[in-house]
Amino acid sequence: MALIKAQKITKDYQTEDFIVHALQDVDFEIEPASFVSFVGPSGSGKTTILNLIGCLDKPSAGNLRIADTEVIGLARKESAAFRGKHLGFIFQDFNLIPVLTVYENIEYPLIMVQNVAPQERKERISRLLAAVDMTDQAHKYPQQISGGQKQRVAIARALVTNPALVLADEPTANLDSQTAYSVIGLMKKMRDDFGTTFIFSTHDTKIVGEAEVIFRLEDGRLTGKETKGETK
Amino acid sequence: MINLFKIAIRNLIRYKRRTLLTASLITIGVVFVLVFVSITGSFKAMMIGQITDSMLGHLQIHHKGYVASIDNLPLNLNMKPQAYSKIAMVLTTFPQVEAFSPRLKFGGMFSNFAETTNIRLNGIIPDREFQTVPLLTSRISEGKKTLSRGEIMIPTLLAKGLKVKIGDAVVVVATNADGSVNGKQFIVSGILESATGPGGRDGYIHIDDATEVLRMPEAEVSEVAIRLKDFSRLPAAVRQLENKVSGEINKEGRPIFEVHSWEQLSPFFNIARMIDVMTFFIKIMLIAIVLISIMNVMIMAVYERIREIGTIAAIGTLPGKIRSMFIIEGFCLGVVGAIIGDLIGIAVVLIINLVGIRFDFGQQQGLLLKATLQPSDLLTVSIIVIVVAVAASLQPAIKASKMEPIEALRHV
Repeated sequence: MALIKAQKITKDYQTEDFIVHALQDVDFEIEPASFVSFVGPSGSGKTTILNLIGCLDKPSAGNLRIADTEVIGLARKESAAFRGKHLGFIFQDFNLIPVLTVYENIEYPLIMVQNVAPQERKERISRLLAAVDMTDQAHKYPQQISGGQKQRVAIARALVTNPALVLADEPTANLDSQTAYSVIGLMKKMRDDFGTTFIFSTHDTKIVGEAEVIFRLEDGRLTGKETKGETK
Repeated sequence: MINLFKIAIRNLIRYKRRTLLTASLITIGVVFVLVFVSITGSFKAMMIGQITDSMLGHLQIHHKGYVASIDNLPLNLNMKPQAYSKIAMVLTTFPQVEAFSPRLKFGGMFSNFAETTNIRLNGIIPDREFQTVPLLTSRISEGKKTLSRGEIMIPTLLAKGLKVKIGDAVVVVATNADGSVNGKQFIVSGILESATGPGGRDGYIHIDDATEVLRMPEAEVSEVAIRLKDFSRLPAAVRQLENKVSGEINKEGRPIFEVHSWEQLSPFFNIARMIDVMTFFIKIMLIAIVLISIMNVMIMAVYERIREIGTIAAIGTLPGKIRSMFIIEGFCLGVVGAIIGDLIGIAVVLIINLVGIRFDFGQQQGLLLKATLQPSDLLTVSIIVIVVAVAASLQPAIKASKMEPIEALRHV
């Protein structure tokens, strides 16, 4: 059964003078444990679609079902709870909390969102720190580590709550190509290790090749889907 | 909750200069209020002490209607000996009373055989009077600090005006209750400074002499001045004494006695109230300082951390927790400002006492100001600061919690 099922998703933005059709009648399904990328030029609707899947925004029309929940009807507080339980986020600018150490940044969702017991917290964080190779940097603050390391921490923070789905909007945009590949490689490894679905957006054609399922967007419409080994 | 505090404190440390500035502002406000409260409070207590302990007593009992006509010192509204006995019995058994003194007051003419002027005389039992108003002796600027029969203590105003010295013979003439006039010669034994200013015309003689001048068969009593063991329990004592004496009624079924605290008898109560009003407005200023500074700093904090708010909201932090985060920041600022302010305030008060500030009150000169801070003052000011700090954080905190994560994440 699909983890995400989107039907006839439309998203319009009203500006002062005209309506922007950010997404028009977009249909797609994403299976669990997939490694998916939405690609397209700037303004094609990549970020909009990730925001909708991330329950950060609501579509103007259509249906969107994630992890057996019709997310469009969720109230603000319910959306927050849903995100905390089912979703992880990786941001282009890493968005780590500057006053918390690497360890505390990863710990944050376990305390502030999920209220996980201290022993289990410790175990999960240690496992993830090792997985992203940041164990020896755990006591450092975000401003004391490099961009690639920050994104590794962000990946660990996104995964620490055992979400079904991790969303990453342009996760490599602020990284050099070598670091970008290593971050994407790490995300894929996490998918393999934890069975978490990863969805990321990118306009980097080299990075796109790392995705196993690619949705192509143009002017708010889904123009194609490529799966490793087949093209639709 | 501990983690919310941890994040709040780290965020405050993150903006060191701003936090320091805001905390300093709150601290200065707290210090200012505490020093003001301690000095004015001490001044007020000293002023009240001077008035009650050298003149009025803590409270007084009169015959009903006497206080309303007190300027005339009406002899027909004195307590008869039998009535006074009842009051004395009540006061003797009343546990809060330390001492009480009956006074027979009357107006008369005072003459040095060459000149004459008017005088208000208090017939007293000296020992009882000195126990009830112990600072009375400190007002005796010349002469002995006791009073015997045939002696008179006169105010400095009369002594200077009529050029009377210690040991001089003077005459007091007074109209009796039946309208006749009587006089008696006295020896000046003491010259009194006024407690309230240069205009005092009160003199003291022995109550037996007063009875003799007024040709009373037995001493009547115009008022009974009372000193309590614990001045802070004055309102309760007044209530209890009112209940005790209210049972005494005349033939018309009306109460014979009335009880008045010093506040009802002295215009200086209004000055004490003015000090309270000033203290109230100083506290309002403190509230304004805390409110504006904390609100300003929290609005800045929210504005600067919009993307951070978006991030924590996106990863599932509930609005209530985001709200708490900012409120706790304001709370911590308030607590830090209050604690440091309290400590500095205590230190300043100690320094004031070490330096020793002296001032004059009426004719009392060189009174030493003993600034004191009550734990209740520290607690009240601290609670005000903390509550206002939390209140000031509410609006920015609510704003932060209501931010849409998508818009907050887009913020540049």
